[in-house]
Amino acid sequence: MTTVLQSLSTELAEAVESAGRAVVAIHARRRIPASGVHWRPGVIVATHHTINRDENITVTLPDGTTAPASLAGRDPSTDLAVLKLVAQSVPTASLRTDLPPKVGELVIALGRPGPGVTASWGVVSRVDGPWRTWHGAEIDSLLRLDLAIYDGFSGGPLIDAGGRVLGINTSALARGVPVTIPVATVERVVTELLERGNIRRAYLGIGTHPVRVPESLARKLELQVDVALLIVSVEQGGPADRDGLLLGDVLLELDGAAVRDPTDVLAKLGGDRVGRSLAARVIRGGQVKTLQLTPGERPTSRAA
Amino acid sequence: MTASVSSGLAQEIAARVDQLRQRTVQVRTQGAATGAGILWNGEESEGRGLVITNAHVVRGDRATIELSDGTIARGRVVARDLKRDLAALEVEPWPAIVPLVIRDSPLRVGELLIAIGHPGRLVGAATLGIVQRAETGREGRPPRWLRADVRLAPGFSGGPLADVAGRVVGVNTMMQGALALAVPAAAVEAWVRRSHAVALS
Repeated sequence: MTTVLQSLSTELAEAVESAGRAVVAIHARRRIPASGVHWRPGVIVATHHTINRDENITVTLPDGTTAPASLAGRDPSTDLAVLKLVAQSVPTASLRTDLPPKVGELVIALGRPGPGVTASWGVVSRVDGPWRTWHGAEIDSLLRLDLAIYDGFSGGPLIDAGGRVLGINTSALARGVPVTIPVATVERVVTELLERGNIRRAYLGIGTHPVRVPESLARKLELQVDVALLIVSVEQGGPADRDGLLLGDVLLELDGAAVRDPTDVLAKLGGDRVGRSLAARVIRGGQVKTLQLTPGERPTSRAA
Repeated sequence: MTASVSSGLAQEIAARVDQLRQRTVQVRTQGAATGAGILWNGEESEGRGLVITNAHVVRGDRATIELSDGTIARGRVVARDLKRDLAALEVEPWPAIVPLVIRDSPLRVGELLIAIGHPGRLVGAATLGIVQRAETGREGRPPRWLRADVRLAPGFSGGPLADVAGRVVGVNTMMQGALALAVPAAAVEAWVRRSHAVALS
């Protein structure tokens, strides 16, 4: 007699087996290999922080053979990297795009830190809307996990009990706490990395810190703000420097929206903003002043 | 999943845990914390049998064994292997218990496992996890360690790790971070056959 317990056990093992056929080991750092997922034919998705070199990268396929791979691009802000693999008969991952993961849903994190596949199980502990990484990239939804992290976790897929992929796991975006980059974000980044080799992001070359605007000053200037951003650094020769923003200016608004937190600035600096000017309202010398700032393209340190 | 599936599942897990608890003993030696042990093989008619535990659980030659029903039995170490961290104790009296079944088919990554132990003051605690990695040893021999994504704590040492059918797959031995390491049951059985005969002669 087959019991529910036995069926569940068999189904979990089958989910691991089927999803594991699209999980590879990536040799691009010392000691323990990292994991990657065969996402589209010939395209492997991995995590940026586990790929320590741009050349001489090899992958171990599920059948145990080794093949060379080339780095197509990396995006430190989402911790994703894309590799190209020449003509191999490895199946691609089956992606779950119809149903978002739910809190409490049973999930398995897969890895391949060597020839064999590894697994840890748990539940989705938190699901939330879009969030921004500390590098400024927008991730379509927050997916936090209640499960143990073992070698090979980063770059491996999070799968549901049916073996379908919910995203790519990483321990590098939230101080070692396991998070999953959802399929939608991975798709977007993969497409852009394959087209351009990097992710285009606008930047101003400034550092800001939230400050309280004294009530008397706000009243005098007829402002409805209590918190704004003090410019604490201006990169020499950077876009904001060229456009006349000064150290000590207090940034009130960018592109018509109040800014209270440095992430409010990042939110205005998507890839499509490069070269398109933004109106900036600042307090300078006790007066409100409006400047036009033209963001540049953020230099990437390690684009392919 | 409907509620009827999960409640059936809960009942089945509880039944399996009950069964495994009967096979799990407490192993006490002076000056050491209580560990777990497995009723490995024995005959009720002969009144004695063999309990397997970790070598680090029994430091001396003798141990007090408490069965799951509270019966106290005497244990005498008859074989010890520090490298594998195994110890075999001859225990009497021996309870009425169905013979031990060892899983002989290979484990699959992701399949469910149950561990039983005595953490802290809890007796017969159970944790549920999965096979973390499937390894095959060289030349058909069992691998050195069985790796499971199952939560262990001090007090689980020497206790059983079993599959959902109740077959013993390993002896819980240590933790490596969150990872549970168990000595494969096949390796224990091979060691018992080799060393126990020698120890008794």
